[in-house]
Amino acid sequence: MSVQRRQRFGAFAALFSVPFLWALVFMIVPYLVMISVSFWTRQFPLFVPDFQFGNFVQIFSDPQYTTVILRTLKIAALVTLGALALGYPLAYFLVFTVRSEGLRNLLYMSVIVPLWVSYLLRAYTWKIILGTDGAVNSLLRMVGLIDEPLTVFLYNQTSMVITLVYIFVPFMVMPLFAVLSNIPKALIEASEDLGVGPFMTFWKVVFPLSLGGVVAGATMTFCLSFGDFVAPVLVGGPDGTMVANLLQSQFGAALNWPLGSALATLVLVLVLAVLQVSSRMDRAGRVGLG
Amino acid sequence: MISRPIVALSGVAKSYSSFIALDTTDLSLGEGEFVTLLGPSGCGKTTTLRLIGGFELADRGRIEIAGEDVTAKPPYRRPVNTVFQEYALFPHMTVAENIGYGLSVKANNVPAAERRRRVTEALAMVGLEEMGMRRTAELSGGQRQRVAMARAIVRRPRVLLLDEPLSALDVKLREGMQMELKRLHRELGITFLMVTHDQQEALALSDRIVVMNRGRIVQIGSPAELYDAPTTPYVADFIGTSNLVPVRSVGSDGQFDHLLMADGTRLRRRRRPGDRVFPNGQSVLAGIRPERLLTSDGGEVNRLAGRIVEALFQGDRVRIEIALAGGYERRSIFANVTRTASTASGAIEPGTEISLQVDPFDIMLFAAEDGQ
Repeated sequence: MSVQRRQRFGAFAALFSVPFLWALVFMIVPYLVMISVSFWTRQFPLFVPDFQFGNFVQIFSDPQYTTVILRTLKIAALVTLGALALGYPLAYFLVFTVRSEGLRNLLYMSVIVPLWVSYLLRAYTWKIILGTDGAVNSLLRMVGLIDEPLTVFLYNQTSMVITLVYIFVPFMVMPLFAVLSNIPKALIEASEDLGVGPFMTFWKVVFPLSLGGVVAGATMTFCLSFGDFVAPVLVGGPDGTMVANLLQSQFGAALNWPLGSALATLVLVLVLAVLQVSSRMDRAGRVGLG
Repeated sequence: MISRPIVALSGVAKSYSSFIALDTTDLSLGEGEFVTLLGPSGCGKTTTLRLIGGFELADRGRIEIAGEDVTAKPPYRRPVNTVFQEYALFPHMTVAENIGYGLSVKANNVPAAERRRRVTEALAMVGLEEMGMRRTAELSGGQRQRVAMARAIVRRPRVLLLDEPLSALDVKLREGMQMELKRLHRELGITFLMVTHDQQEALALSDRIVVMNRGRIVQIGSPAELYDAPTTPYVADFIGTSNLVPVRSVGSDGQFDHLLMADGTRLRRRRRPGDRVFPNGQSVLAGIRPERLLTSDGGEVNRLAGRIVEALFQGDRVRIEIALAGGYERRSIFANVTRTASTASGAIEPGTEISLQVDPFDIMLFAAEDGQ
């Protein structure tokens, strides 16, 4: 090894040792611990090292767990669809309809700004809006549609989806806004020039070119809501438990770390699978703009 | 005038907030013509093209294409197609899909077999027979240009609009594409309307050139008309280049205008039918093209005396900058003289005195107030 190369290696090590150590100590080692604990056995009052698949078997055989996992998948999927249904038209409106750049940036910031507010606070707000004395009930009573406050708005899966859509919609709008802004206006003009009206122009040109943003936004929204545990606690009802709450209770009240670790490993695998699929889709759909 | 125009703009105007992009304008394009809108950036040429294409709507006036009022119609309801400046090819489609795009949408109702035949035909017209399955990202600049052309002609428009179609290409490629454009125009027989800021391109390709400046049409004419008989100093200097020399009109007879230069030199200018007559003593501008100033010894008429400021060797020619005698110090003129002639007339060195001659046919005359 020449002096120069040794020096270069020294500089390389100095530059990257800190982030590498950080990743090792705070990410890789904890993952390894989590995965190994998932094979341990529970032995009252605590648990002992072991290598057996009982915890995983329990997760997949006990309907209590499978129900929660399926429900979490369903809610995350609904939140993703809801955020897409709200976020896409919004991003499209901002990019293509708003003419003034100042107004566009202002509106875009107003979509993003709630991210500065504590996540807990924003989730809690929906409890107030949807609650018995909340804005929705007050409005309905004011216009005389109901006499008694309704309780159907809060503590169910719908209220969870509404809350999570509200919280995560900026993560959908951001990539969509970026990707739509990058579509040259000349492509839309070219499409209309070739005799294609606005509706088909959207389906044939704008939408295919924005798929990268759809995939990115959907992935973020899905993964974030899949791991959420605040909305179920604040606005979810008895049938609103999600995987993260289950995890929390296994590590807390139930004091069953091996089962908790097995659940966490499953969540990790599911999220990695989602990321894998989305990066494949992204690569397949990627096209050079320009 | 054109008896049955394919495109007719009458009283069309367009402004963006306070900027007048196009002042009230009338323009007619004939069937099968190759017309160029020529001018510097911001002169209104692109706005005119976009108004015809339907990408902008006029504030005032009326636009007719093929006898139909399209003033308020969107681009997809107009029988024109456009070759965009940066081509605007769809990056998520192959070459063939790009070309077939305008035929593939249901509303346009072209059966699949017919569509394939026309795409193949269009590919052949632009010499890209083998390229149909390529992605547009794999193409060179010249190939993209050809795909853009093919896509625009495949729907058989009545008018083809070309927005600076060659400006993104390098010089070599551009000259080849000029030939291609000329050939396509001849083969298709439809009207071409091209926007360019390149006067060489305009001169080489057009049947008629529309010179624009500051949102107005300055002059319309064939390339030869604009070159030989510009109506304003602006056109004289924009189409080719012109030396503009302030002189005084000292009368006209039937054949000649007589002009007096500041140093007392008299120039004779051959009049053309319809030329304006300037009153005795009025200040006017004499326009002389650099290539029409001769060093050859053709007698004592129409000789301009001056001193050489700089001489640039250009191979077959020498470009000379000359300070004219008598109060013209601050405004030098240029002459392009051929090498043989210049060698014959002796050394061309900065500082030496020179005398140049101009034929009475080669002087243009403009009112001084026309300015630039």
